[in-house]
Amino acid sequence: MAQILLKDLRKTYDQTEAVRGINLDIEHNEFVVLVGPSGCGKTTTLRMIAGLEEITDGVILIGDRVINNVPPKDRDIAMVFQNYALYPHMTVEENMSFGLRLRKVPRDEIGRRVSHAAGILNIGELLQRRPKQLSGGQRQRVAMGRAIVRNPQAFLFDEPLSNLDAKLRVQMRTEIKKIHQRVQTTVVYVTHDQVEAMTLADRIVVMNHGIIEQVGTPQEMYEAPLTRFVAGFIGSPAMNFIPCRVVNAGSGLGVRLSDDITLALPDVQADRYRGHVDRPLIFGIRPEHMTEQRQHTNAQQIDFSCTVSVLEPMGVDTMVFVEIDGTEVTARAAPRSVSPVGAEMAFTIDMNNMHLIDPETDRVI
Amino acid sequence: MNAMVGETYVRRLVIFYIPLFMFVFVMLFPFAWMLITSIKPDAELYNPRISPFIVREPTLEHWESLFGTTLFIRWAINTLWVAIASTAVSLFAGVLAGYALSRLVFRGSTLFGIMIFVTYLVPPTLLFIPLTGVVTWMGLQDTTWSLIFTYPTFLVPFCTWLLMGYFQTIPKELEECARIDGATRLQAMSRIVIPLAVPGILSAGIFAFTLSWNEFLYALVFIHSPENKTIPVGVTSELIKGDVFFWGALMAGALFGSVPVAVVYSFFVEHYVSGMTGAVKG
Repeated sequence: MAQILLKDLRKTYDQTEAVRGINLDIEHNEFVVLVGPSGCGKTTTLRMIAGLEEITDGVILIGDRVINNVPPKDRDIAMVFQNYALYPHMTVEENMSFGLRLRKVPRDEIGRRVSHAAGILNIGELLQRRPKQLSGGQRQRVAMGRAIVRNPQAFLFDEPLSNLDAKLRVQMRTEIKKIHQRVQTTVVYVTHDQVEAMTLADRIVVMNHGIIEQVGTPQEMYEAPLTRFVAGFIGSPAMNFIPCRVVNAGSGLGVRLSDDITLALPDVQADRYRGHVDRPLIFGIRPEHMTEQRQHTNAQQIDFSCTVSVLEPMGVDTMVFVEIDGTEVTARAAPRSVSPVGAEMAFTIDMNNMHLIDPETDRVI
Repeated sequence: MNAMVGETYVRRLVIFYIPLFMFVFVMLFPFAWMLITSIKPDAELYNPRISPFIVREPTLEHWESLFGTTLFIRWAINTLWVAIASTAVSLFAGVLAGYALSRLVFRGSTLFGIMIFVTYLVPPTLLFIPLTGVVTWMGLQDTTWSLIFTYPTFLVPFCTWLLMGYFQTIPKELEECARIDGATRLQAMSRIVIPLAVPGILSAGIFAFTLSWNEFLYALVFIHSPENKTIPVGVTSELIKGDVFFWGALMAGALFGSVPVAVVYSFFVEHYVSGMTGAVKG
């Protein structure tokens, strides 16, 4: 069990920089998820921690040991691969015990650890089968079992659920969380799926173009994104971004979205944006904070209306698409209160949950 | 074989059985011819008025002369020894080179791979002259060692390229996982990659064995003493005297010489097919 420390980590392939200076402090027993679009450097970072990629620059510490030049076998970590990487010529039991046999662990100890891990994962009956005879979910379990028996300092997961069908993915996600609660270990988990990141992580690391955009708990990422990228990446459906200007409106400030719509800024927020009056900005609001007209529960809620262009019923809610000054905007409304397509509909926006983004820096103001 | 819906017997006959029969006929005819010729008395063999496909009085005289008056058994042993030894040497080198070229990225690795392939393209008819010099310089002329050392010049490139392709079908993650699990590169290779590459290694081995079993030119050039010859050279040099062909014994020798290869093939045919079609499935 140990903490992992990345200091100014870089990776360069020929001319391209895959990872451009990452600093991250992963706590003992923490579940950290690296998330980002493909090509953002998350897998490269994980592979550098594993020792499968050479480090171009920077330092990695596991515990208090610098492991830059330690071969993978001596790093005391276990990794679960996207395609599971089960050894096809070995039974499940042999797969799980491979690492222990290499380390010359006594036979009865191996047996004990394998059956313990098999118990946790519920794969006791599969021990004599070969990987070919297993379903996707079972292979996934075996791959995790192989990691658990090693009892390593840290677990690395490289998109472990992307090869499973949607239903199984949700099941295994819960399973992984349960296992982490039982087998307390430091986990670094790579995924491109923000839902996986939100549900599993103690802390999320959002990466883009080889750098870290933001680190924080899932709730922090959702409520207080620091950049436009994080705001758009976390949360589903994605946050709406509407070009706007902050204008003087009466005694206070307002956010002007179009000629027809100017939303009054609550006084508590006005101070923050006073310096940006009349600059082109981007107004960010999540669909769930833009609902059908409701009884206001706080002073920050304001109403406006738009023409409905498309409806997407989801069952519990209906996604309402409207157009504001050429930008498509999604709102989330109760099914019974939705107006038909082409009709005007009144919405309530919770200004408490809106964000203003500076388009020059793409940072949230 | 289950007939598919709408597939008539005639259709199957035309697209499947007739072509198959023709293929089998063409493949097996030389063997049948060798067998018939080897058990025919000379009187029948040279009589143009009787059907060449019928043997009236089968005889073993050609077989007796092959085993009795020539060193055929010795040649067979020589051929087997040379084929096994050169195949072993070539497989060993080919596995290591093929692995390195498919997995390790080093400066000039692509160029190195291409150069190995180019050496395979140089025909033995050009290569045997300089190789004669090398063999003489090493003092190996007229020994089976000269063949064991020269056959790898075409077997190693062949094995390397075949195995390189096969190693590439084995997912890299398996090895990476093994290395994280605690294996060194060499252990990952010997315990994960090589066991999975067995079909490919077998195919390469069978091919190499066949190529060296049938090799003619180097064996003809480097070996002079009858007791050191291999079957292809021995049979043709000792059973053709001037313009006299001892057809019966020649055919007996040819038939006997092709049997071991056929046996080797049939033993490994399943592995061989999967070796050619590649792929390890998770």
